[in-house]
Amino acid sequence: MTIRSDRDHGQRYRPRMSCLKKLEATVVQMQDPSTGVKGTDQKLNVTVIPHVITGQDIVAWITKNMNVDNDEAQAFGTMLVAYGYIYPLQDHKKLVLRPDGSLYRFQTPYFWPVQKWNAEDTDYAIYLAKRNIRKKGVLDAYEQEEYNRLHKWMNHKWDFIVMQAKEQYHAGKARQKADRVVFDCQERAYWIVHRPPAQTHSAMDYGLDRHIDPNAEEKKTYDYYRRIIIYTQQAVMRSRVKSSVSLGALAKYITTFKNHDPFLVPCLPSNPWQTDDDSYWELNAPDVEIPTKMRVERWSFSFYELLNDPRGRADFKIFLKKEFSGENLAFWEAAEELKWGTAASMSEKAEQIFKTFLAPGAPRWINIDGRTMGLTVKGLEHPHRYVLDAAQTHIFMLMKKDTFYRYLKSPVYKEMQKKAISPAPHNFTEAQLQENMRNRRPSIDPIITWQKEQEEKAKAAAAAGPIDIKKLMASKLDRK
Amino acid sequence: MCDQTFLAITFGPCDNCSQNKPLMNIYLKNEPINYCSLCVELMACQGLAKGETIHTLKAESETLKGKLEEERAKLHDVELHQVAEKIEALGQFVMKTRRTLKGHGNKVLCMDWCRDKRRIVSSSQDGKVIVWDAYTTNKEHAVTMPCTWVMACAYAPSGCAVACGGLDNKCSVYPLSLDKNENLAAKKKSVAMHTNYLSSCSFTNSDMQILTSSGDGTCALWDVESGQLLQSFHGHSADVLSLNLAPSETGNTFVSGGCDKKANVWDMRSGQNVQSFETHESDINSVKYYPSGDAFATGSDDATCRLYDLRADREVAIYSKESIIFGASSVDFSLSGRLLFAGYNDYTINVWDVLKGTRVAILFGHENRVSTVRVSPDGTAFCSGSWDNTLRIWA
Repeated sequence: MTIRSDRDHGQRYRPRMSCLKKLEATVVQMQDPSTGVKGTDQKLNVTVIPHVITGQDIVAWITKNMNVDNDEAQAFGTMLVAYGYIYPLQDHKKLVLRPDGSLYRFQTPYFWPVQKWNAEDTDYAIYLAKRNIRKKGVLDAYEQEEYNRLHKWMNHKWDFIVMQAKEQYHAGKARQKADRVVFDCQERAYWIVHRPPAQTHSAMDYGLDRHIDPNAEEKKTYDYYRRIIIYTQQAVMRSRVKSSVSLGALAKYITTFKNHDPFLVPCLPSNPWQTDDDSYWELNAPDVEIPTKMRVERWSFSFYELLNDPRGRADFKIFLKKEFSGENLAFWEAAEELKWGTAASMSEKAEQIFKTFLAPGAPRWINIDGRTMGLTVKGLEHPHRYVLDAAQTHIFMLMKKDTFYRYLKSPVYKEMQKKAISPAPHNFTEAQLQENMRNRRPSIDPIITWQKEQEEKAKAAAAAGPIDIKKLMASKLDRK
Repeated sequence: MCDQTFLAITFGPCDNCSQNKPLMNIYLKNEPINYCSLCVELMACQGLAKGETIHTLKAESETLKGKLEEERAKLHDVELHQVAEKIEALGQFVMKTRRTLKGHGNKVLCMDWCRDKRRIVSSSQDGKVIVWDAYTTNKEHAVTMPCTWVMACAYAPSGCAVACGGLDNKCSVYPLSLDKNENLAAKKKSVAMHTNYLSSCSFTNSDMQILTSSGDGTCALWDVESGQLLQSFHGHSADVLSLNLAPSETGNTFVSGGCDKKANVWDMRSGQNVQSFETHESDINSVKYYPSGDAFATGSDDATCRLYDLRADREVAIYSKESIIFGASSVDFSLSGRLLFAGYNDYTINVWDVLKGTRVAILFGHENRVSTVRVSPDGTAFCSGSWDNTLRIWA
């Protein structure tokens, strides 16, 4: 709880709490005299408190009327108590719903939480002062702390606060004893919700305020409408597909990947989180020699899956080397690096790519159509991040529609499928599981893995670079 | 995969000002043109022409909206549950908490997985950002941010850095170090600067670029090394709470959700808002792409999660139940896309069957709001962070 200061970052608005309206509707239903929760009169100390309900009745009502099972009903009931719509009579500081004979009452709508108004510190100060008037020393430790703090910060209006407290105290005395006890209970419950005791939390704690008022209407000036028009025009002209086609594709994706989803089909040999054995991760490491059958199968699902898996990409590169068409993938990778690279290195990378892949007579010249080549070369005069987009897409589509399918039919892939291993499922006994839990293996720090990868890449780049004939001959001549 | 954005011209001379800039593809009197974002803004803000009033503009926008709905309805030939009839139902699920990570002294606000499938980074209200090996539950790194409410954190694809931000209005990148005693705050790099709190951040395909969303209503793409703003995205009329990058091979789009109840799809290259969906009844807290990149799910304060199909251009499913009335704070898909995990403000996590629209499981355990839910990169588990100061790994 903070006193609002000037440095509230320009945020003043509470987030929308649409749950409040729904909770209110439910609570109103629960209080229906015929279909709601049955209440009785309970004797508490000397007074009789009307309309008292028990925890188990609440849970039973929720289970029946909201069509849920016991666990959910209890959780929902706890939320009702946590938000202050129902308050406990015994152990009033703990806001949970106990599904037994514990006593509860419905809070009066005056004290229901509302979206618009926060529970103000001024009101809290008045409340604490009032309790102090009634009987000194009745405040709890945390309340005493808050009282002292408010006394310090609100010193300038303390007279007002004390005056209000006295008025409320006298007004309370004028009431009937039973009414007074009930009102005191209700007020106390309200403040437990909005100013939670130490070590507990308030359900009304919503985090940060929002910058923009959620209840304010956006000002509809002419540019507001213009923007809508501009957006909607291009939205209308966008091509869209039939629902049957796109939903069919979503369903197909699910069916294709069903066996690969560890939540649907257990992964082999076992899920490391469940058995504390990380063989699954070892067998599927990015640089493993022999991949698993599932992994190899996944490469065949789409070109994207193949490229995304570093082991798959490596295998694809082997195939391309055999076909002498490695330059396509190399170009695509270089273009990716340009796109996602740091701004400073862009022009240098662009030049490098031009020299290696696009210039006439370049050592790894890629075969793209004249128009795309023209556009790209022209764009390279003033290189920017997306200058290679057209060429990259063309090459990607070429690989996706042609090379990928040939790869799947190639002996390289078929070999890999044969070599791939299928690990047997683990069958740990209870004792072994305990053992595993004690011996969880740490893994290599990703920083080290990254450094190794970078070294490998640098070596590969040096090896794949164009061989400078002159240098080679010069070194040979030297030796002679 | 139908990623329209790669077919469009995205960079070149603007049809209006002739400068070489990223281009937005819009229509002027039904003719396609390519304007840079500045010219589009100027076009929107130019004074009323002869015969135009606010009412004529309003009427025009209403007719266009009607036309859009018509176009969408023309292709609306089947519902998701009809397609789902042919798919077999799911069995019973047993998901338990496998790890509980205790160490934060205050509400856990956000978390992200490392690509090594076992490390995570989490951030909390008191300004602490902790990197854990979730498998062994060891804490590997800890950073104390100079601000509270660190609402956004992300792990770099290389695993060598983390980005985080919150009430300081900035997104900072901390390179991680092998030396456990090194003070990570020394090498901190301030990348993003917004005018209000940072609600979400994400690295793109490399460590070099960060996408951020902020309470000031904008999203932005930044170059990490120089801190330069590469592209900004304007279109939300209220705080933007969440964003997610598309997992497509072209990787050019992302979706954002905000307090104006809208979920917008953006082209990262030009900054253009290409698609927008406004069917929620309250703030959208979380957006997440379907694994194929052709759809996305949202979790909102109106207690529903919804699925939007990008190719059919409409909302295709609502995941709600009468007994669920508290807002969904965070959503994520399982690896195949069949399951949708959603964390709610009533301390529970509900697991939905994406195709059939039914709830398959409800998970109890947290003692306060579930603020973030993320599935691990290989789909073997998911992690939930909560305001009860703990993170749980479920499998």
